[in-house]
Amino acid sequence: MELIINGKRQEVVANTVAALLAELEFEGDFFVVAVNRAVVQRRRWQDAEINDGDAVEILTPRQGG
Amino acid sequence: MKLYGQEIASRLLVGTALYPSPAVMEQAIRASGAEIVTVSLRREAGRGNAGNAFWSIVKGLDVRVLPNTAGCRSVQDAVTTAHMARELFDTPWIKLEVVGDDETLQPDVVALVEATQILARDGFEVFPYCTEDLTVVARLVDAGCRVVMPWASPIGSARGLMNPYLLKALRARFPEVTMIVDAGLGAPSHASQALEIGFDAVLLNTAIAKAEDPVAMARAFKLATEAGRLAYEAGAMAPRDFASPSTPIVGTPFWHAAVP
Repeated sequence: MELIINGKRQEVVANTVAALLAELEFEGDFFVVAVNRAVVQRRRWQDAEINDGDAVEILTPRQGG
Repeated sequence: MKLYGQEIASRLLVGTALYPSPAVMEQAIRASGAEIVTVSLRREAGRGNAGNAFWSIVKGLDVRVLPNTAGCRSVQDAVTTAHMARELFDTPWIKLEVVGDDETLQPDVVALVEATQILARDGFEVFPYCTEDLTVVARLVDAGCRVVMPWASPIGSARGLMNPYLLKALRARFPEVTMIVDAGLGAPSHASQALEIGFDAVLLNTAIAKAEDPVAMARAFKLATEAGRLAYEAGAMAPRDFASPSTPIVGTPFWHAAVP
């Protein structure tokens, strides 16, 4: 299915947040994920389903002023 | 000073961006004595994971984190980013920025007030980056802000306090609100000036990070902030229009009132 991941269209096979992070080869777990602008808590990553067309934002801490 | 009930000794808050290297950032933050640093949230590409390398340095500094919503241009983007920051950093604090103009990076104060109202209802402790406009600050205080952060001048401009008159008026109008001058400071004297006129703290990034020697400049800002606060507590004398000699007149040598 096709998702919009961090603003770009991408084909994936994962259907949960946890599976998506694994498929995208994210290391560690210090991210925050929102699906269609709703935050998905870390403890829900295993169960949180993602569906065709969803917009997924995956953010990490960065330098800021 | 107290920030939403948290006792903070250092009156200097610093950013984590624009340093020549992560090592210099770490040394500069330590030299600044800051207990609070600002960080942002950005998209992570996956492989490589640059965010985690940065975060491991910040964690090692043993400071409080104030996440920002830098770059957000709408109420919706700022509110969503704040919620993501709270989930990631496990803090109710958010430095709320809503950009209203690309040239000056001036806050969109209308959107800022709206986003503040939403986030305050959602349980956030908002640090709004605002202008020195008194009525905007009144709205932010009405929305529940116990801290506000008016600009000195545009972000990264190094111009210092462009409008000390209005900043002083703002300080006097809301004595119970903690006020942090945020953005536009270039020299330690600017920080000192903000503290001297009664602001509780200053927040800056570029002035330290872009100095020739960021670590030395961080220490200079630390000392200036302390000096400014001490001067405020000491109570400066009022300016005068004419000279007033400091050396006693009585006993001045070779002086005669009138020679008969």
